[in-house]
Amino acid sequence: MGLLQFVKKFEPSKDKKFLHTLYDGFFTFLYTPDEVTKDGVHIKDGMDLKRTMVIVVLAMQFCYLFGTFNIGHQHFVAVGQFTGYFEGFHLKIAYGLIKLLPIYVVTMVVGLGIEFYFASRKGHAIEEGFLVTGALIPLIMPPDIPLLVLAVSIVFAVVIGKEAFGGTGMNIWNIALLSRVFVFFAYPTTISGDEVWVAGLESTAAGSAVDYGWAHNMFNYLFEWFGWSTFDPGGAVTDGFTGATPLALAYQGGWEAVTQVYSPTQMWWGDIPGSIGETSKPLIIIGALMLLISGIASWRVMFGMIIGAASVGLLLNVWGATPFMTVPWYFQFYMGSFFFAMAFMATDPVTASSTRKGKWVYGFLIGFIGLIIRILNPAYPEGWMLAILFMNTFVPLIDYMVLKTNISKRLKSA
Amino acid sequence: MNLVNIFIEAAFIENMVLAYFLGMCSYLAVSKTVKTAFGLGLAVIFVLGITMPINWVINTYLLGEAGIFKTDLTFLRFILFIAVIASMVQLVEMVIEKFSPALYNSLGIFLPLITVNCAILGGSLFMVSRDYNFSESVAYGLGGGFGWFLAIVAIAAIREKMKYSNVPAPLRGLGMAFILTGLMGVAFMSLLGIDPAAF
Repeated sequence: MGLLQFVKKFEPSKDKKFLHTLYDGFFTFLYTPDEVTKDGVHIKDGMDLKRTMVIVVLAMQFCYLFGTFNIGHQHFVAVGQFTGYFEGFHLKIAYGLIKLLPIYVVTMVVGLGIEFYFASRKGHAIEEGFLVTGALIPLIMPPDIPLLVLAVSIVFAVVIGKEAFGGTGMNIWNIALLSRVFVFFAYPTTISGDEVWVAGLESTAAGSAVDYGWAHNMFNYLFEWFGWSTFDPGGAVTDGFTGATPLALAYQGGWEAVTQVYSPTQMWWGDIPGSIGETSKPLIIIGALMLLISGIASWRVMFGMIIGAASVGLLLNVWGATPFMTVPWYFQFYMGSFFFAMAFMATDPVTASSTRKGKWVYGFLIGFIGLIIRILNPAYPEGWMLAILFMNTFVPLIDYMVLKTNISKRLKSA
Repeated sequence: MNLVNIFIEAAFIENMVLAYFLGMCSYLAVSKTVKTAFGLGLAVIFVLGITMPINWVINTYLLGEAGIFKTDLTFLRFILFIAVIASMVQLVEMVIEKFSPALYNSLGIFLPLITVNCAILGGSLFMVSRDYNFSESVAYGLGGGFGWFLAIVAIAAIREKMKYSNVPAPLRGLGMAFILTGLMGVAFMSLLGIDPAAF
């Protein structure tokens, strides 16, 4: 254990509060802390908060990988270069990194900064609650989000949504979604409409110029040196490109309007504009399976959500008053961020219901309300974020009701 | 269909508390436990559901030009509405005192204070300004009351759950209740913009 000895050398004395919390935070990142409960009949597993969080973050890595590629891919499709999946692969990855890395760094620096500050102020160890939140936030933002807006939204979400409630595990509303909803209502132009989902275009109108910023020059030197193709700052948006997401198309013209632009396979695999991590359904499902197998996410919530969404989809299929209502219910799952919300947002063990019956109700109502918002509410393109926040509000009430009915039932049989 | 729309709109989309911030006083004061919040919520549903149609009758047949006096007496609206509300609240108070003394005691002063709960008078005035007819005003009263009930029960459950949270000292109590209300308002904005009449 050479590394352990080496790390322990740096341990500051416990009087230096801030330094010690900082050290402790990084130490437990590498090793489990010494003071762990080991015996006792109630202990099933040595899984602590940090391991739980690391698994969730690992489950999201596929979304990160695909998101990085997809930012670049959507951009190059929009300007009509390298439209094949593997053409200009290095450029797509490089462009994805140019966009994603600053978002990730800002999220982590701002969020962890607040976390460290509050930990040292309150005098407790750093709770890495922000690891998961900070990994989720970049995935649910559009690639072109202004970094200042992002930073403000994270400050709001972490301070008001978490620290005010007493820190990690005490929040009522999902923190990642609070940050998104903040951007959504405070800076609506940066996160809704057809313009924002494809990165690096001045506008989605045909012929408008691309805007790479300064960072592409670095990659251009590198790629020239390798003899590969380079970024072309003179590119322009091709004719016929709209930037509209499948949901926007479906709202206007139903399923036919969607399939004219995107094929179902394309939507399923995620080759569509959207938030960074939400597009590829199979990769999200892999992440969801990881969470299910490790027992972190609740299958009750997930199934409840699927049933809820499917039942609304079926009902509205029967009703069929607007083009969006006539979209076959199973295709509703192909569009938008249903799977991402189901796998990573609704199942958050802190904000989800903690009773078994409550989980079914919670999941079902999210699916139900989310699809209603998506289809019936012209003000919002997608419903899952708001549906989950809405149901988070009622989670304590649901749990309370389940407990009360249980108590009265058992009193009766006693 | 129209009545259902008005009910849903009043309960969720234009929630009395979370969209108009009406009736905040008792909403903040009585939301410490679910049980009392439940009782007060039911009382508000009842009072809103009863006073709204009565006020509609008064407004149309007593105060309006088409009423029995054939003159515009709408300047008396506030006084008469409040009188109706106050007498209804008296009735509710007596009923609760008779059938659930425990709830009566835990509600305390806030039960008679439903009289000056802005949500009740606000509901009646919204009814006037929106030109609802009799059945619509019943639906609006019940819907508004249900929305208020839902909001107070939800925040009470949240506050009960947060009893053990390590909330920063300056925010404990009412400060946190305001933050909760604000965030609940954000969550309820999910349904804002749905126009039930459009379908």
